[in-house]
Order: sequence, then structure tokens, then C-alpha cells
Amino acid sequence: MNHAHTDNQRKELLDQIRAIQFMTVDLNLYLDTHPNDCRAMNEYNYYVRQLQSLKREYEMQYGPLMNFGHSLSPCPWRWIEEPWPWEEGI
Amino acid sequence: MWIYEKKLQYPVRIKNPNPRMAKYIITQYGGPDGELAASLRYLSQRYHMPIPEAKAVLNDIGTEELAHFEMVGSMVYQLMRGACPDEIKAADVGTYYADHDRAVYPSTGTGVPFTAAYIQSKGDPIADLHENLAAEQKARATYEHLINLADDPDVIDPLRFLREREVVHFQRFGEVLQKVREYLESKKYF
Repeated sequence: MNHAHTDNQRKELLDQIRAIQFMTVDLNLYLDTHPNDCRAMNEYNYYVRQLQSLKREYEMQYGPLMNFGHSLSPCPWRWIEEPWPWEEGI
Repeated sequence: MWIYEKKLQYPVRIKNPNPRMAKYIITQYGGPDGELAASLRYLSQRYHMPIPEAKAVLNDIGTEELAHFEMVGSMVYQLMRGACPDEIKAADVGTYYADHDRAVYPSTGTGVPFTAAYIQSKGDPIADLHENLAAEQKARATYEHLINLADDPDVIDPLRFLREREVVHFQRFGEVLQKVREYLESKKYF
């Protein structure tokens, strides 16, 4: 039960990260063709900051979100920890 | 270079196996209008784009398509996971199973393996951007066909997300085409 609870919390946090990141992806593509839209640019930066802090919070609890030097790992190497995204909808 | 993020762009949480649906969906993994074709098409065409906006859009949409490739692969994986041979046979997925078990293999639902012949990189930005506009519409239509074939909300939900992204990509490619046209015109009358 405790395990299921943690699982739900993890998914909730990830869903939050995904929602914010969706804004950054969509705004990024928009800015690619509207590079002078400063309002959109500010919005993009606003979501980037939120995303960074949510990702930090996630990584503290569940290990690295990114490979190749973008996330710190404690010992042992947490990157290989399961589940992988395709397995549990992570 | 590319960095992997250990999460899906949009969650895929399919509780019930459904080999028949896996067979329908796999065309968006390795078929003519699928995500792999889309990604390879854009990432190959970006080299010869003439203006910064076009390079950025092809690079970034090509990258997002890789995330969609992963989502579709996850859907196929989860739909095949735990299906027993009898279910696979009953769903008429035996020919796929014979070659690949429950593995995810880039092909169409009828087993035609992925080929780069699905895509073009013509070297002509106007021609290539038109291909991309068509590709996004074909992918949108495919997702609509798949949504029509699906009855499980766990399957329909990610398909709707993917369909929606095709519409946004089409919009961005249209803007890029306009900008590239203007650029080429301005060069002509320089």
C-alpha cells in the first residue's frame, strides 16, 4: 500500500512535469517561427523556471531524469532503476 | 546531440492487452506515415534549409517525433504484453508473432518492414516543406482511423494527443513555407 502510494505520488509529479513541459515544447515550436514575440518568450521563460524546479524535486526523490551528464546520481547509479517509461507509463 | 529523458511526453498506461489493436497501431511506429518516417524525414531535411526559422522547426519537430515514436512503441509494447498465444491467434496477429513474438518491430500492420523509401529529402526546401505538410495531414488521418478502430479509453487518450500534435506541426510547417518563399523571392529581386 505504501508502495502504491509512492507510485501515485511519482506519477502525479511526473504528470505535473509533463504538463509544464508541454507548454515549453509548444511555445518552443511557436517561437521558432515567431522569434520576435517577446510575450511568448517571457511565457516560455516562466515555464522553463517552473520546469527546472519541478524536475529538481522529482530527481531528489526518484533519481536522474536525464542521462549523459544532465542529472546528478547518488551511489549506486540510479539511472538503471526500473521502471522505464514504456513499462509503467512513467 | 540528443539527451534521453526518462519519461514519455504523454503517459501511456494501457491496462488490458489487445494484440489486434497493437497490429493496427504499429503502422504509426514503422509505417509510411509513422513517427519514425516523420522524424528521419525532418532531421535529414534540416541540413539544407536556407533560413534559421526553417532549420529550427525541422530540428525541433524532428526531435518531438522521436518522443512520439517512443509513445507509439510503448503502446504496442503494452498492448502485446501478457497476451497469450491463443489470444494472439484469435486476434489474427499470428503472422506477426511468428516473426517477432511480442517484440516491437518497425513495420506496418501487415508486416511490411520500415524503409527509407517512405521519405524524401529532395534538397529543394519548397518541395520538402510541401512533403512535410502532406505528411502531417496523412499522420493526422491515420490517427483518426486508429481512434475509430479503438474502444479502450487507455488507447484513445494517447492517440488523441498524437493527433493533436500533427495539427500543430502542420501549422508550423505552413509558417515556415511562407517564410522560405519570402526569403527566396527577396533573393530573386536582390
